[in-house]
Parts: sequence; structure tokens; C-alpha cells
Amino acid sequence: MVETTGRPIPDPKSSKHLHGTEEEEKNILGFWIFLSTDLVLFACLFATYLVLRTHTDGGPTTAQLFDIPMFTLETFILLTSSFTCGLAVREMRYNNLRRLLGWLAVTVLLGLIFVGIEASEFLSYSSEGATMQRSAFLSGFFTLVGTHGLHVSLGIVWMISVGIQLLRDRIHPTTARKLFNAGLYWHFLDVVWVMIYTVVYLMGVMK
Amino acid sequence: MLKSLISYLQNANLMIQISAVAIILTLVGIVFALTYFKKWGWLWREWITTVDHKKIGIMYLVCALLMFFRGGVDALLMRTQLAFPNLHFLNAQHYDEIFTTHGTIMILFMAMPFIFAMFNLVVPLQIGARDVAFPFLNAVSFWLFFFGAMLFNLSFVLGGSPDAGWVGYPPLSELPYSPGPGVNYYVLGIQISGIGSIATGINFIVTILKMRAPGMTLMRMPLFTWSVLASCIVIIFAFPALTVALALLGMDRIFGTHFFTMLHGGNPMMYINLFWVWGHPEVYIVILPAYGIFSEVVSTFCRKYIFGYKSMVVSLMMISIISYFVWVHHFFTMGAGPGVNSFFAVASMAVGIPTGVKVFNWLFTMFRGRIRITLPMLWTLAFIPCFAVGGATGIMLAVAPADYQFHNSYFLIAHFHQVLIGGVVYGLLAGMYFWWPKILGFKLNETLGKWAFWFFNLGFYVCFMPQYALGFMGMTRRVYTYPAESGWGTLNFVSTIGAFMMGIGFLFIVAQILYSIRHGERDTTGDPWDGRTLEWSLPSPVPHYNFAQIPVVDDMDAWWKMKQQQKEGIQPQKEPLKPIHMPSPSSLPFFMGLAFFICGFGLVFNQFTIATIGLIGVVICMLWRSLEKDTGYYISVEEIKKNEAAVRGL
Repeated sequence: MVETTGRPIPDPKSSKHLHGTEEEEKNILGFWIFLSTDLVLFACLFATYLVLRTHTDGGPTTAQLFDIPMFTLETFILLTSSFTCGLAVREMRYNNLRRLLGWLAVTVLLGLIFVGIEASEFLSYSSEGATMQRSAFLSGFFTLVGTHGLHVSLGIVWMISVGIQLLRDRIHPTTARKLFNAGLYWHFLDVVWVMIYTVVYLMGVMK
Repeated sequence: MLKSLISYLQNANLMIQISAVAIILTLVGIVFALTYFKKWGWLWREWITTVDHKKIGIMYLVCALLMFFRGGVDALLMRTQLAFPNLHFLNAQHYDEIFTTHGTIMILFMAMPFIFAMFNLVVPLQIGARDVAFPFLNAVSFWLFFFGAMLFNLSFVLGGSPDAGWVGYPPLSELPYSPGPGVNYYVLGIQISGIGSIATGINFIVTILKMRAPGMTLMRMPLFTWSVLASCIVIIFAFPALTVALALLGMDRIFGTHFFTMLHGGNPMMYINLFWVWGHPEVYIVILPAYGIFSEVVSTFCRKYIFGYKSMVVSLMMISIISYFVWVHHFFTMGAGPGVNSFFAVASMAVGIPTGVKVFNWLFTMFRGRIRITLPMLWTLAFIPCFAVGGATGIMLAVAPADYQFHNSYFLIAHFHQVLIGGVVYGLLAGMYFWWPKILGFKLNETLGKWAFWFFNLGFYVCFMPQYALGFMGMTRRVYTYPAESGWGTLNFVSTIGAFMMGIGFLFIVAQILYSIRHGERDTTGDPWDGRTLEWSLPSPVPHYNFAQIPVVDDMDAWWKMKQQQKEGIQPQKEPLKPIHMPSPSSLPFFMGLAFFICGFGLVFNQFTIATIGLIGVVICMLWRSLEKDTGYYISVEEIKKNEAAVRGL
């Protein structure tokens, strides 16, 4: 059971590696701890944003800027990609490489669409004069949401790399662990997005 | 960029110009020596590409001692400038640069690598492991530290050092008030090495939780390992705050955002909060391992189990938790109101409780013990009164209303030097003397060590006791000179004498190391101090695979217990001999550090092409690592047997 115990399926062929699954377990624990450090990083960015969100210096405010359909669409796309990512990990447990890669490709595609929408959102704000140099609020907004977007972009590169390795090496403890960690990372970014959705966007349009 | 660098050097003062020439000559000298003695291959294979925790530990130790020297020179320059009123040995700008680099280097590029040296040299050996959990990542951490420190140290010859204090408070550290590359060097140098520190924190938590020898439950773990665990927990939750504080300050300076500026809604206090959310836990990050070292030293040299082991563990954990709830005491004067200040004042005083428990436990361990006064024990004995006074003045500073008087005065300077030198430096020196024979195979000379000890320890009091008084007399920190009428002259002069005594003490340590490399007593037993924990069961220096057979542990102070049993004819239990899996060496960590360095250097001078090249280098290194198949290699049983027979002299 990958999701519950964090233990990828052992491959009988790999038993000649004496250090096999123990090594993978260490990796997964290490990755969990890394995620906790990343969470602290986001917490600091959220704190900064909350302190600065009303410091608009006469420039655009949250309510003037945010477009409800746009950020709702982004949310649906990212949440769906988290679901398809979960499906990919599920297919890994059933040792079905083709379906796994299919769901992974869907996840990457949804991730790309998300990043694309976010980039166009940023560009449209900037063209209206709402750049990150305009006010402290906008500095905080672009940095918080941009850091998340950068994480998503890195996640996409990582998933492509894991996909290549799965094609090359098939499903075995190492590739299984890598996919599992990439999945953890992806779900983590989803959780952060839910926070951004609530704290930045919903609280921003409520007045 | 090149033009501005050249014009900076042309206009710099003579000391900096001489340093620039000295750096170039040293580099040429090193290159020549490596080529002449044909050592390039050795350097590359044995050190640069190594993933062995012991070698990485040695590299951290060398860097820490070099940085100790650089930070110490800064300190002596400052004390020389302050020796007499109205002195113009340094001008205001140069003085500002020097107190900034002194603070930054001593905390981030001396204390941090020194504790990481101890982590690396000791933890795997103490818990019966063959390496850390992620040897490759460990090398990445080291090279990030190394290149971060390089970037920071280049600043004084390439464009000017940071001059906004080691805390880099805005608005002073913002572009309008600190133009030039100085503060950028500060931001990027610390940022790069900080990423490495987070990775080290993760690495050692996993190592300690997952790789202990069979039978070593958490409550049988040596106290140094416990202290490393506590310290790493603080690292992983504190360092990201520094990452954010520096990233936002850097964005303000490089991309023109308004997080901490005075215009367009920025809020400088936000930086100060974020900085100390990291900054206060940081001092516990460096002191906790020192507590661990004292525990090992006291119990070894009194030949007793540590008094109150469980309370030691609980107090370590309590300190690491409370450390997150004290940061506002660095700026009670922010004026957050009585409620907030009271909370942080009480929390700050509460740290004294677990710390007091530990001090009494060390004293009770020594009580009626047969204490052997060796170098590690000497530094431990000196630590206790020094730290007690430093702790007491800390409680004085924690009283929020009184702090309005002490704030940023020399009283504060004396306090934190007393806990950081009396606690951290004494602890790390004790640790260095204690584990030196284990790692390098010979003891450091006792006589020279005692000279170093007395000069450094007495010099400390001569240097810092007058500063408490100077604080009460109204002298504030970071003043580069003072008028004769202030009446601060005499005490400042005494303080300067103390600083030079400490400098002489440090030179004795250098002499001691150089002397002992040739003449130090060789350690042929592997157990020169009659030790208690597993690292002393190994031959010195330790073979690259550490343990031929992993020992089975059934009590605290496992090696002590095994020695007692051996006397009764019971052989210690061990896992059977089998081939040992080792990680392969890799040059990627070095190149990754280099890529970060290039990226950082580009950002310092707003050269985005250079920065982008560096960043692409980083991504390529990461992808390379992700795609490469590194399964390591095995050492065969015959090879282990042969090697064990050779090193154990069988």
C-alpha cells in the first residue's frame, strides 16, 4: 500500500541489492522532512503577505485586481492534476506502466495549463500597471503566488524526468520511490494552493 | 562590472590592496605547490569528489579554523581601533565593514561549519552507522557552504564588503542607503550556504532516526547524538525563515520590490521579525551540540554515567521548542506593547530552566568523580562559570523594561560574546581535542594546549568584563570611535589587551596543531581516553567503511559496557561479516556548488546573463543526478578482513 505506509512495492529482481527497500524508506522520510521545511518557507511568505496586503500605496487593491472565474479555474485544474497524479501512483501499485505514464502525462499537461494561466494572469496585471514594484502588497502577492508557480514548474520538470526514468528502467524500487516522492511534492503544492486560494484570492475579493 | 571592480581596488585603502595582492600570491602559490608535488589528482579523488562523512567533516573543520582566523583578525582590528579615544586607525566605513564581516563570519562561516564538522565526524560513528543517510547530499551541503563562504569572503577585494551589520537591518541595508555590491554579497553568500545547512539538518535527522545500530533505542543514544538531533530539528524549522528574509531583501535590492523599503508601503520591521525567527533559534542550533560535547566529555573524564540522562534529553528538547518563542527579545524596543513583550520576556527567562538542569547535571556527574584534567575537560570546566555568568546577564536582558536601557549597548555585546564564546567556542574546542585522535590518529600536544587555554580563557575575561561596565556607562555598539571626555578610554584599553591575549591563545592552537602533526602522541589503541561510546571501539583513524561488523547494543554507553563484559570474558555481540555497500564518489556536488557560486556572483552585480548561466548549471546538475544510475559499490569480505587485520595490528 503505497499511500498509507509510504513503502513502494519491492521488486523480486532487486533482491540482490542488499540495501534495497531500507534505502528507499530513508529517502521517503527525508523527503517528508524536506516538505516540512518548504512548508515553513511558505508560512513565512504567507505571514509577509498578510502583513503587507493592505499596503497598496494608492495602487490597485485585491478586490480590484482578482478575477473570480480565473482563479477558480486555476484551482480546479490544479486539484484535478493532484487527482490524476494519485491515479498514476495507484497504477504503479498495479505494476501497469503504460497507464501510469498516461496519467503522469495528464498530470504534467494540467500542470502546464495551470502555469500558463498563472503567467497570463501575471502579465495582464503587469500591463495594467500592477507590477511587483508598484506597492508592498503587490510585491508580497507576486512573490507568494510566484514562488508557488515556480515550485509547480519545478515539479513539472521533475515529473518529466521521473517519466523518462520509468520508460528507461521500468517500475522497480528506485523509480517507484521517485514517483512516490514526486507525487508527495505535487499534493503538497496542492495544499499550499488551497491556502493561497483562501488567504489571497477569497479573502481578497470579500469586502 | 569589471571597470567598477578595478576602480574600487584603485581607490581602496592600503590594507585592502595588500590583501588583494596577498590573495593572488597565495592562489598562485597553491597552484604551483599542487602542480610541483603532483597533488592535483590526490586533491580531486580524495577530497573534492569524496562523499565520506569523515573527510567532509575534516574539510568543514579546516574551513572553520580558517574562518576563525579571519573573524579573529577582524575582531583585533576593531579592538585596535577602539583602544584609545579619537583614534583613526580605521575610518568609519572600514570599521562598519569589519564589524559586519566579523559577526557574519563568526556565526555563519565559523560556528556553523564547526558544528557540522562535529556532526559529520562523530554522529555516524557514535550510532554504529557506516555513513550518513544521504552521503551525496552531505557533499552537496559542504560545497554549498564552501562556495557561499567564498562568495562572502571575496567581497572585501571585489567591490566592497557589506557594511549594514551582521543582521543587515533595512532600511539601512536597502539600496538607497547601501548602494554597491556589499549587502548583495551578504544576502547571496548566506543564502547559498543556508540551503546547504537545511540539507544537513534533514540528512542528520534521517541518519539518527533510521540508521542506529540494532538495540540502540532512542533512550540509549549518546547525548551528543541527542543534541545533534535537537539542533537539526531547530535547523529545519528556523533556516527557511532566513531564506525568506534574505530572498525578500535581495528582491528589494535587485528587482526593486517594496517589502522592507520606507516608500510604497514597505515594512522594515517585517524583515527584523523574520530575521530573528531564524536568528534566535540559530544560537541554540550552535549551542545545543556544544552541550552534547560537554556531556560526553564530563562522563568520559569522570568515568561515570552522566547524571540524570533522561532529564538531559528532556531539557535538550525543551530548549529546542522554547527557542521558537523568544525571538522578539531582540527588539523589545520595537514597541509591540506590554502583552507581547511580557510573553517573550517570560519565554526567554524560561530557557534558563532546562539550561540550569543541564549545568547541575554536569556538576553532579563530576561530584565525587575521579576527574582527569585533560584538554577537553579543561575547556569544559572553564565553560561552566563562564556560561553561568553569561546566562545570568541574559536573564537581565530578558527583563523587557530593563532591556530598554541595555538595548544595543556594550552590555549586550559582552553578554552574547560570553555565551557564544564561553558556550559554543569552548564546547567546540573541547570537542575538537576530544575527537581529534579518533579522526586523525594522533593526540594534540597537551603543553601547547594548556598555554592556548590559559591565554584564551584569561584573555576572554580581560576582554569582555570591562564591556559590561562600558555598557552601563553608555557606550553603544557599532561606534567606531569615542571622545576622550566620555571616560571610556581605560576600560576600552583593557578590553583590547584581552582581545590580543585571546589572539595569542589562538596562535598557540595553530602552533599546537602544526607541532602535533609531526610530534603528537600516536593513538594505536583506538581508545585513547578510555571512552564510553561506540566510536572508541574503532581503530584510529577510522577505516572508510567505519564498522567491519555492526555492533549490537544493549545499554547506554555501549562501548563502556562492552569493555566491562570483555573483562568478565563475555564477547560483545556483532552482526555477521558481509559485503559492505558503499556510495560512489561524485564530482557533481562540487559543480553544483560552483554553479550556485556563478549564479550568486552574477546577482551581486546585477549581471543577469551570468546569473542565468549559473542557474542553468544548477538545473543541469540536478537533472544529471536524477537521471544517473548510482548504485555504489561493494567491499568484499576478504578485503574487509585484510584491512581490519592491518589497522588493528593483528
